[in-house]
Amino acid sequence: MSEENKREEGRPAAPEQQEPANTQEVAGSEPAGAGAEHPNQPQPDTMPEHSDGGASGKPAEPSASAPAGEGTDAQTASGGESAPAGEGAGAGAGAAAAADPEREAKIKAAQEARAARLAAKAAAEGGAAGGAAGAGAATGAGAADPEREAKIKAAQEARAARLAAKAAAEGGASGGAAGAGAATGAGAADPEREAKIKAAQEARAARLAAKAAAEGGEAAPAEPKPPSPKQPWLDEAVELLKSEVHPEAVEEAAINALAGDMPTITVKAEHWRAAAELLRDHEKLGCKYIRNVTGVDYETHLEVVYFVLNLETKREYAIKIRTDREQPSVPSATPVWPGANWPEREIYDLLGVDFPGHPDLRRILMPDDWVGHPLRKDYVPLDPEV
Amino acid sequence: MIRTEELLLNVGPQHPSTHGVFRLVVKLDGEVITEATPVIGYLHRGTEKLAESLNYTQIVPYTDRMDYLSAMTNNYVLCHAVETMMGIEVPERAQFLRLIVMELQRVASHLVWWGTYLLDLGALSPFLFAFKEREMIIDLFNELCGARLTYNYMRVGGVKWDAPPGWIDKVRDFIPYMEKQLKEYDRLVSGNEIFLARVKGVGQYDAETAIAYGLSGANLRCTGVKWDLRKDEPYCIYDRFEFDVPVGTNGDCYDRYLVRMEEMRQSLRILKQAVEQFPSSGETMGKVPRAIRPPAGETYVRIESPRGEIGCHIVSKGKAEPYRLKFRRPSFNNLQILPKLLVGETITNLIAILGGVDIVLGEVDC
Repeated sequence: MSEENKREEGRPAAPEQQEPANTQEVAGSEPAGAGAEHPNQPQPDTMPEHSDGGASGKPAEPSASAPAGEGTDAQTASGGESAPAGEGAGAGAGAAAAADPEREAKIKAAQEARAARLAAKAAAEGGAAGGAAGAGAATGAGAADPEREAKIKAAQEARAARLAAKAAAEGGASGGAAGAGAATGAGAADPEREAKIKAAQEARAARLAAKAAAEGGEAAPAEPKPPSPKQPWLDEAVELLKSEVHPEAVEEAAINALAGDMPTITVKAEHWRAAAELLRDHEKLGCKYIRNVTGVDYETHLEVVYFVLNLETKREYAIKIRTDREQPSVPSATPVWPGANWPEREIYDLLGVDFPGHPDLRRILMPDDWVGHPLRKDYVPLDPEV
Repeated sequence: MIRTEELLLNVGPQHPSTHGVFRLVVKLDGEVITEATPVIGYLHRGTEKLAESLNYTQIVPYTDRMDYLSAMTNNYVLCHAVETMMGIEVPERAQFLRLIVMELQRVASHLVWWGTYLLDLGALSPFLFAFKEREMIIDLFNELCGARLTYNYMRVGGVKWDAPPGWIDKVRDFIPYMEKQLKEYDRLVSGNEIFLARVKGVGQYDAETAIAYGLSGANLRCTGVKWDLRKDEPYCIYDRFEFDVPVGTNGDCYDRYLVRMEEMRQSLRILKQAVEQFPSSGETMGKVPRAIRPPAGETYVRIESPRGEIGCHIVSKGKAEPYRLKFRRPSFNNLQILPKLLVGETITNLIAILGGVDIVLGEVDC
């Protein structure tokens, strides 16, 4: 069925739908943009004085509050006026403690601090360069200028990733990439996998692990992470998907440490429908609840992520389905979980992913005659005035 | 027998009982609904798209405008997501402040629901009660962060403002007052015959349906499913406090009413403990890097908002702006079941059922 047909059929609505949306709200919400340009609340009169702390990410501050932050930083640093240490560490912590009420004193303190910082920066050049040898050292040398630190870190990450990728490509099945212990999990267990996929997977895992190690600082990069308590869930689901659905159904499987160790499985689109039924109905999995569906435009491809959950065992999975960007199509999960209905419509609307098998695939947030899919990275509005 | 002709009726988008700009196209056979099609998007502002060109601190005020009756929980879910990715620790005092405002917010939000729901059903005076009490909470928020509705209160790593002197005492004083008022509400409404006739057995569904449709919050718990993220996947410092998760049995509008009423009492119970344990001093912002750049990767965090599971899915490429930011809005997901519930009901029950779902259109459309 073509897109137009679907729209025509499914649409009960009269043409008023195309009228400009009225944003008047009963409860008196403000227009969306109202506070956007000023992410920081204007300070109410009744409030005690606070400094902004620099954590707000807003551009250059007027001198009245910036020095306050730096002044506090100087106090927290061990060397009293050795501001550079404070500059890195105290950026966020400066918020509450800015006690100095006098503006002039603040400005003066800031000037002094700045001078001290410049001097110390020059001195730190040598020290930080030495500290860059180990992965953990970058954060250890927190006294250094944050920009410099970030640069060093980035360089380290790049190097580690390159090395790891090389090692993984050469090692093949042996999976010997240093620090990759966290992610070898399910992939390594299966000997039949294509070496290419595996190498890519391991390289990615190694990169992640290296990055995590570099950022964690305190964790030595060589030390393998203990396996996640959710690892068995992942292994079990991968095994079932391979045995019950299709040996090739699983493209990738890993524990996502950034999402509270979420077991994350990439399933091939052609096997998704069967995989969804397995996830819902298999007695070991029983993920009857769908909590969220997200679509992501990765520019090289599109991805739809389903978050499913078993309310009794609290077992949960993130299932990813990758699809082509030109002809994006993912079998609908709505026949399996009715709760996927609107989320899929939203993804269709905003990202243009087709969901064959969906009972009522129409735009849901944008007007029916809208051209384009706004959440695409290359989206250009047809009418810039709108 | 008299044959009735099918009637197409448009409800909204500017209908007071749709709680915002929600539109419903219903087909009627006499007074009975044969088909209902929700039309949403009138309040769509493209929050997720806008967020892709904003840094995380700048996104916080946008979250206020999603579920504007519960801006505090929206603030929290965004900050919590970034903190999870970056491993930022939030200081004790900030955790308490966050918890206190989130629970006050839950009470305030339920009060709006209670007042407007009864207003929908034709009872005017409860609305006046509810808004009087809610105003007291709003005043507390106003004193804390200078805003009544869109607070922009939380930051990655903590909260923007510490509690002004005496603020905690005001919260402490409010709790027994509100408890007393809740008893009053029960006396006024909960056993009222007309009210019961309007809500008992109306909009009924079972646990299996609720789970299949991905409902959350009171819409799920009214069927007897004991699922509350504060208990089941504790975040913030909820695991330190004693409270119960009320559930219903029949899954009708009346059970949703009872669950929400009890949730207010439980929130007050949490607040009472939190106020007692509130640390007398301490930082309100944790150690946060100057540039907030979550590591490349993605996360999905979720918390219990007054309307159910609100989630935040961030895909980061290590930049100051999110590559993709997705909010799982409970109102949006909960509303899906509406067409199913309405078929076969009378037009008078439409309002009772819609009100029972408790939607906020700012969140539905996002």
